[in-house]
Amino acid sequence: MDNTAAVAHPREAVGLEEHTEHTFLPQHRHHFETEAQQREAGTFGMWLFLLTEIMFFGGLFFAYLLYRNWYYPAFAVASNQLSVPLGGANTVILITSGFCMALGVWAAEVRNKGFLVIMLILTTFFGLCFLGVKYVEYHEKWEKHHIPGPSFDISEFVNPAAHGITNEKPLPVDAAERTQVFFSLYFAMTGMHAVHMIIGICLLFWLTHRAYRGDFTTGYVAPIENFGLYWHFVDIVWLFLFPLLYLINRHPLH
Amino acid sequence: MSATSSTIVNLPDQSSATLPKRNYLNNEHGLMSWLLTGDHKRIAILYLISITFFFFIGGFFAGMIRLELLTPQPDLMASDTYNKMFSLHGIIMIFLFLVPSVPATLGNFLIPIMLGARDLAFPKINLLSWYLYLIGGTLTLAALVLGGVDTGWTFTTPLSTHYLNTHVVTAATAIFIAGFSSIFTGLNFIVTVHRMRAPGMTWFRMPLFVWSHYAASVLMVLGTPVLAITLVLVALERTIGIGVFDPSKGGDPLLFQHLFWFYSHPAVYIMILPGFGVISEVISTFSRKRVFGYTAVAFSSVAIAVFGFFVWAHHMFIMGVSNYSALVFSLLTMLVAVPSAIKIFNWSFTLQKGSITFETPMLYAFGFIGLFTIGGMTGVFLGGLGMDIHLTETYFIVAHFHFVMVGGMLMAFLAGVHFWWPKMTGRMYPESLSKLAAVTTFIGFNLTFLPQFILGYLGMPRRYHAYPPEFQVLNVLSTAGATVLGVGYLMPLIYLGWSLKYGAIAGNNPWQATGLEWQIQSPPLTENFIEIPIVDHEAYDYEWLANKTVNEVTTVG
Amino acid sequence: MSDKQAPANITDPEHEEHHIVTPFQYLLVFATLLVGTGLTVLAAYFDMGPLNPIIALFIASFKAVVVILFFMHVYFQSRLIKMTVAAGFFTFLVLITMTLSDYISRAWGLW
Repeated sequence: MDNTAAVAHPREAVGLEEHTEHTFLPQHRHHFETEAQQREAGTFGMWLFLLTEIMFFGGLFFAYLLYRNWYYPAFAVASNQLSVPLGGANTVILITSGFCMALGVWAAEVRNKGFLVIMLILTTFFGLCFLGVKYVEYHEKWEKHHIPGPSFDISEFVNPAAHGITNEKPLPVDAAERTQVFFSLYFAMTGMHAVHMIIGICLLFWLTHRAYRGDFTTGYVAPIENFGLYWHFVDIVWLFLFPLLYLINRHPLH
Repeated sequence: MSATSSTIVNLPDQSSATLPKRNYLNNEHGLMSWLLTGDHKRIAILYLISITFFFFIGGFFAGMIRLELLTPQPDLMASDTYNKMFSLHGIIMIFLFLVPSVPATLGNFLIPIMLGARDLAFPKINLLSWYLYLIGGTLTLAALVLGGVDTGWTFTTPLSTHYLNTHVVTAATAIFIAGFSSIFTGLNFIVTVHRMRAPGMTWFRMPLFVWSHYAASVLMVLGTPVLAITLVLVALERTIGIGVFDPSKGGDPLLFQHLFWFYSHPAVYIMILPGFGVISEVISTFSRKRVFGYTAVAFSSVAIAVFGFFVWAHHMFIMGVSNYSALVFSLLTMLVAVPSAIKIFNWSFTLQKGSITFETPMLYAFGFIGLFTIGGMTGVFLGGLGMDIHLTETYFIVAHFHFVMVGGMLMAFLAGVHFWWPKMTGRMYPESLSKLAAVTTFIGFNLTFLPQFILGYLGMPRRYHAYPPEFQVLNVLSTAGATVLGVGYLMPLIYLGWSLKYGAIAGNNPWQATGLEWQIQSPPLTENFIEIPIVDHEAYDYEWLANKTVNEVTTVG
Repeated sequence: MSDKQAPANITDPEHEEHHIVTPFQYLLVFATLLVGTGLTVLAAYFDMGPLNPIIALFIASFKAVVVILFFMHVYFQSRLIKMTVAAGFFTFLVLITMTLSDYISRAWGLW
C-alpha cells in the first residue's frame, strides 16, 4: 500500500538522534505529531470542559431567573440583607486575582520564572482573601438564622422595625417565607462558586510548586494557560453573581 | 449449504497462523500495567469488563422484577423491595451500562484507529474517566448493599427529597461521579476528532461510527453537567434543607423535572447514537456497499444531537406543564423522527442490491433495525399529546424504551462486540453458536416486550408489584421471554470467553472491511500504526480495498 | 524530506498562530473591569424601573466578554475555539428559552 511512501513522523524512530535535532520537550507526548498540535488540543479540551461548567452553573442561573420573577418582593428584601461593600470588595479582589493570573500566563510565555511564581502566589493570595470575605458574609447569615433549613428565621422580614431596619417595608408572612428560596439560591450559587475557588486554589498550590521548580518557563506553558482559563471562568461566574444577588433593589435604600 | 458458501469471512490458514508476537495485550505485563495504562485499547478492555459486570447486576434486578410479576399477587417480595429492585435496575442499566456501553468500549478502542491516530488526545483523562466510572459504580453498589434506593431512576422530587429514608444521596453522588466519567469520554472524543485525524482524513472521509460518536459526545459534554447540578440541588435539599424544589418553601418540583430531562432526554441519544454508528459499519461491511447517502447519515446524527436539546418536556406532558408549550414540544418531538428515519431508510437502501451475507454481527444488526423501528414508531405515539395521556406511566412506555434501548442499543452493542471481537482479541468467536445466540436474543426480546405493549394499552401501570388477574397471561409470556433473553445474553459471555483461548486466529481483516482498523494487525500494536497512514480514499471504498489487495499480492509475487 | 513537511492534520484551517498578549493589554482589561464594577454598583442605586436589571446584566455581560476575549485569549484563537464558546452559551440559551416557554405560557401575564 502507498501508505508507506510518505511518512509523517515514524515515532518509532524518534529516539535520541531526533531528540537532539528537533529539541523535543520532555512534556511532548508520543501520540501528538507536533507540540503545536498538543497545545491546541489542550486548549480545546479545556474549553470543552468550561462548556460543561457553563451548563453546570446554567441550571442554577435558570432557577434564579425563575424564582426572582415569581417572588420579586421577597428577593428584593432578602437581597438587601447582603452587604454591597463586602460584595463589591470581593469583586475587586477577584478581578485583581484574575489580573495576576493573566500576568502569570504572560510571565510563563516570556519564560520569566521569578515573575511567574510571584504572580501565582498573588493569585492564590487574592483567592484566599475572597474566601475569607465570603466566610465573614456566611457567618453573618448564620448568626441571623438566614441559612435555609429548619431554623430559618423570617422575623426580620415580617417585622423589620423591630430589628432596627427603617427603610424596608414589612412583608406578609407568606411572601417572607419566600426569602428562603432566595437564600437557598444564594448559598447554592455562591457555595458552588466557592467550591470551584477552593479546587482552583488547591491546583494553584501545586502549580506554584512546579513553577518554582521551573517546569513552566522552558516553553511548556500549557498547564498555566489552561489553569488560567479555569480561573478566569470562575471570575466570570462571580461577575454575574454579584449584580444578580447583591444589587436587585438597592435604589430605595439611599 | 448456502450459509457456508456465501460468506465473506476470510481467515488465514489455521495450521500456520499465529497471533502477532507483539501487540497491545502482551506489550506490558502485570496488573499495574493495566491499572495505570494510557493505552486507549487497554482502557476499552477495562471498560468492557466493568460494564459487563454491571450489566449482569442490572440484569439480575430485571429478572427479579419479572419473577415478581409472574403472579398477580405481591408474593415474592414486599412492595418496598420491589421499588428498590426497579430503581436499581434503572440506575445501573442507564448510568453504568447504556451510557458508557458503546462509546467507552468500542468507541475508545476504535476511534483513534479509525482516525489514524496513535491514541486519544488525553490518555490520562481517559484513564481518569474509567476510575471515575469505577467510583460511581462502587458507590452504587454501596447504596445497594446499605439498603438500596427506591426513587426510581428519575429521582423525582419531592419523593426523593422528603419522603424516602433510603440511600438517595449515595446513589445521587454515584451518578454525579459517573456523569463526569461520561463527560471526560465525550470531551476526549471531540478533541480527538478535531485535532488528531491522520493526513488526508477529512471530515467526510471519517467512518460513520466516528460521526455518530462525535454527535453523542457533544450531547455528553453539554447535557451531563445539567444533571450534575440538579443532583447537587437534590442532595442539598435532602441534607441541609434548601428550598429550590420544595413546594412548601416556594420551590417548584417541575423545575427539577425540566432540569433533569434537559439531560435525560439527550441522554437517550447519548445511548443510541453510538449504536447507530456500529450499525452503519456492520451493514456496509456485510452488504459490500458504501453506506447509501453517506452525507445524509452523517448529518442525521448531528441533527439528532441538535434536536435532542429541544424536546425534553415530552416527558412531562402529564405533570402540569403549560398546554401551549406542551404543543410546541410535541411538534418538535416529531421532528426527531425525521433524522432517525433517514438512517433507517439509508441502511435499507444500502442493503438493496448489496451482496448480503449473514454473519452474526449482521444478524444482530437486522435485529436492531426491526426492533429500533418499532421502538421509534411507538415513540411517535408517546410524543403525540393526546395519546401520551393514555399511555404514559403504563407498560406501553416501558416496552417503548426497552425496544429502543435493549432492542436497539443492546443489539447494536452485541453486533459491535462480535464485529470487532477479532480485532480486539485476534481470535474469532464460534460462528454457529453466536448465530444461535443472536436468534435467541431476538426471540426472547420480542416475547418479553411485545406483550408489554398490549399490557400498557390495556392500562397496566408501571412500577407496581401487583396487578389485576386478567393481565396474568401476558405477564407470564413476558417473564418467559425474559428467561429466554437471559439465556441469549449469557451465551456470548461464555463462548466469547471460550474464544479467547480456543477461537480461530482471525488475521488482520477477517471481514474484508475497509476501515483503517482492519488494515493493521489484530490485536493491534500499542501505538496502533507503525507509520501514520495517509488517507486517500473515501470511507467504505470496497474498490480501493480490492485494488490494495491485488497490489499486495502482486508485490509479494 | 517528508519529515520537514508538516502533516495535513496540523496545518488545517482550524490551526492558528500562537499569540502572546502583552501586560499593557492586560492592564487595560483590568482597568475596564474595575470601571465596570464601579458602574454596576453606581447604577444599582438609581431607580430606573425595569432598566435596572437590564443595565446590570448588560454591564456584567460586557465584563464577561472582555474577560473571555482577552484574559482568556479567545480573540486570538482559532475559529474552532470561538465556535465552541458560542456553542456553550447557545445551549444555555436553549435551556432558558425552552423552559421559560413553559413557565410563561402556563399563566399568561400572571407570572
